[in-house]
Amino acid sequence: MSVIYILWLRELKRYTRSRAQIIASLGQPLLYLLVLGFGLGPVFQRAGNGNYLQFIAPGIIGMSVLFSSIFSGLGLLWDRQFGFLKETLVAPIPRIQIMIGRTMGGATVAIIQGLLVTTICLIAGFRPVSFFTLPLALGFMLLIALLFAALGTAIGSTLQDMQGFQLIMNFLVLPIYFLSGALFPLTGLPKALAAVTRLDPLSYGIDGMRSVLIGRSTFDPRIDLIVLVVVGAMLLVFGAYRFSKIEI
Amino acid sequence: MIKVHNLVKTFGTFTAVDDVSFDVEEGEIFAFLGPNGAGKTTTIKMLTTLLKPTSGTISLDGLNPEVQQNEARKRFGIVFQDPSLDGDLTAAENMEVHGVLYHVPHKVRRQRTEELLKLFELWDRRDIQVKKFSGGMKRRLEIARGFLHTPRILFLDEPTLGLDPQSRNQLWTHVKKVNEAEKVTVFLTTHYMDEADRVAHRIGVIDHGKLVAQGTPKEIKEQTKTETLEEAFLALTGSTIRAEGADSADAMRQFAKMWGGAKR
Repeated sequence: MSVIYILWLRELKRYTRSRAQIIASLGQPLLYLLVLGFGLGPVFQRAGNGNYLQFIAPGIIGMSVLFSSIFSGLGLLWDRQFGFLKETLVAPIPRIQIMIGRTMGGATVAIIQGLLVTTICLIAGFRPVSFFTLPLALGFMLLIALLFAALGTAIGSTLQDMQGFQLIMNFLVLPIYFLSGALFPLTGLPKALAAVTRLDPLSYGIDGMRSVLIGRSTFDPRIDLIVLVVVGAMLLVFGAYRFSKIEI
Repeated sequence: MIKVHNLVKTFGTFTAVDDVSFDVEEGEIFAFLGPNGAGKTTTIKMLTTLLKPTSGTISLDGLNPEVQQNEARKRFGIVFQDPSLDGDLTAAENMEVHGVLYHVPHKVRRQRTEELLKLFELWDRRDIQVKKFSGGMKRRLEIARGFLHTPRILFLDEPTLGLDPQSRNQLWTHVKKVNEAEKVTVFLTTHYMDEADRVAHRIGVIDHGKLVAQGTPKEIKEQTKTETLEEAFLALTGSTIRAEGADSADAMRQFAKMWGGAKR
């Protein structure tokens, strides 16, 4: 237990100590929220879809949780190259504990990041149907965070160095984000696009958050929950397996 | 304490360690010498469970590190050749994390951390983030950390690289002390022949993955009919300089410097 705790704490300390990075990481969601939120707002309204800021806010929160959790998993690459990973791998502890500590730490950081963005959304004028549903949204954030922290760990365990990083960013992280329905409704899409969005686990996370925050969803929120739990559990097992295979 | 038989490690078509066998007795200080790229670090990685051998057997205190990984890991401590500290944490926090990872009880952890940081003259800087440390300070912290839990076997992979003579002296004095007082077996690599000559009970010389000589410093000098260990080393391994490409870690450091992201 103490091993998991200390590794979790380490992730948290690293996060809180990089103030500049925290502020920098809020820039992107802010840009999406303000520029797209207000820029596309009038068109969205005229198309009869209602207030775009209301619509996009859960998507932007989901995005920040996605980025933050997947990058925490990829942080493994830094630890591998700068040595700290070795320090943990030769310690007399089961690797699964290292993986759990790191993943929980990454997920916690992602949730903090998500809550910061939620606050920004509220300041920008986002209003959930009820403030009592915020804990439910937090639950969805947690599931998104765990799922993608595990995915990040699996990828981080597989890649040898930073060269694959751009590839992962452009062909995995950004597609997951853009295809998740964070920015546009998942209804009435061309068939092929609709099919791809259904394969994206983040679609269900954002749909779930939208249903609890603004009472609007494409899928049944129970389906969202089941998909997130099942895919998340599978990725955690896969991530732990990949992590157990690391050789330095 | 350490028994290695016919150890082989290949990476693709390249044979890094080629049929190496040696024994290290309990309480012995064994120096593993060789030019860059000779296979020293690969051997240490296999001894410390970080790499699986292609063939051959290893026994650490009677344990097979391939199978009984955690039991074996409890027996040894290691100071790596490249840095393995967390730059975002302070010196004290790095010690703390290490203590927890090695199940050192809280009280002992605190007490030994203080002793060791004082010994390596880092106590005053214990609350400063490691990324603000100089190279030598980082090295000293790393060594202090290696002594935090009391291992049966201590692996030191070029521990004195980048240290000033004072710290180097401090380190070897301490290594000798724990070796004599606690019967800790020490397995070390170094490029400084005078250190090996001074500290090691026995020496193994490795080149191109093969063990080319083994014995006490005196025996090795007699074998090669040379005066100093340095001459003996050159007689055994030749005087050509080994080519080494920049590895991916160097490329990453470059990348990190460029982006200023992870300063470590």
